[in-house]
Amino acid sequence: MNEMQLKFLSRSENEVFARNVVAAFALPLNPTLDELSDVKTAVSEAVTNCIVHGYRGCEGWITLCCKLDGDVLHIRISDDGRGIDDLEQALTPFYTSLPEEERSGMGFTIMQTFMTAFSVSSEAGKGTIVTMSKQFGARATEDAR
Amino acid sequence: MKMQAVRRGESLYIYLAGELDECSVSRTREEADALIDGGTGCRIAVFNLAGVRFMDSTGIGFLMGRYKRLKTYGMEMVIEDPNPDADKILSLSGIYALIPRV
Repeated sequence: MNEMQLKFLSRSENEVFARNVVAAFALPLNPTLDELSDVKTAVSEAVTNCIVHGYRGCEGWITLCCKLDGDVLHIRISDDGRGIDDLEQALTPFYTSLPEEERSGMGFTIMQTFMTAFSVSSEAGKGTIVTMSKQFGARATEDAR
Repeated sequence: MKMQAVRRGESLYIYLAGELDECSVSRTREEADALIDGGTGCRIAVFNLAGVRFMDSTGIGFLMGRYKRLKTYGMEMVIEDPNPDADKILSLSGIYALIPRV
């Protein structure tokens, strides 16, 4: 079991930093390029949400925690931003609260699709916590059965 | 993100290379729109994504935005040669129904 925690400012240049840190942390599990790409994309989506929605362009702290447990990578990304008023609506594919900004509304859908497990909790005015995990080698294990 | 444009007959080819995310999208949008605005007389814009080694949903929003802008000029848009990672996210989004992959 290995663990890491990282705190960084909600600046968009930290997106590339965050997703590459997570990818580097997961390397001991020998992920395939596809698996690594899935994780990087999901992390990028979660961090984008913190920056664009949580803090709406203001600066705040984003906390990233990762844990390696067997062949599973657990990721928790949280902010202390404005939170999500209506979670069900936010999770609806193509829904965006910022339609004037060329947003696709696909962020949560991508996290759900690319990761093995996903959950989000949020409270208006208090912040949002995204928890997700990825099991590496899932296909190889299935094939061996 | 790097961008290059080539005009071939009635087609405007726009080659993107690099990482398309929240950090890079503003500049990429400005550059792409300048190319589109200067591409009058073309019938179709071909967005070549072979060099895009990372893209998240911000990229989908970017492509949709360019599609709408091209439409105001009466121009079509297609996506050419996305790498497998970009292709996965584009397929999931259903964007190919509007902007076909060639």
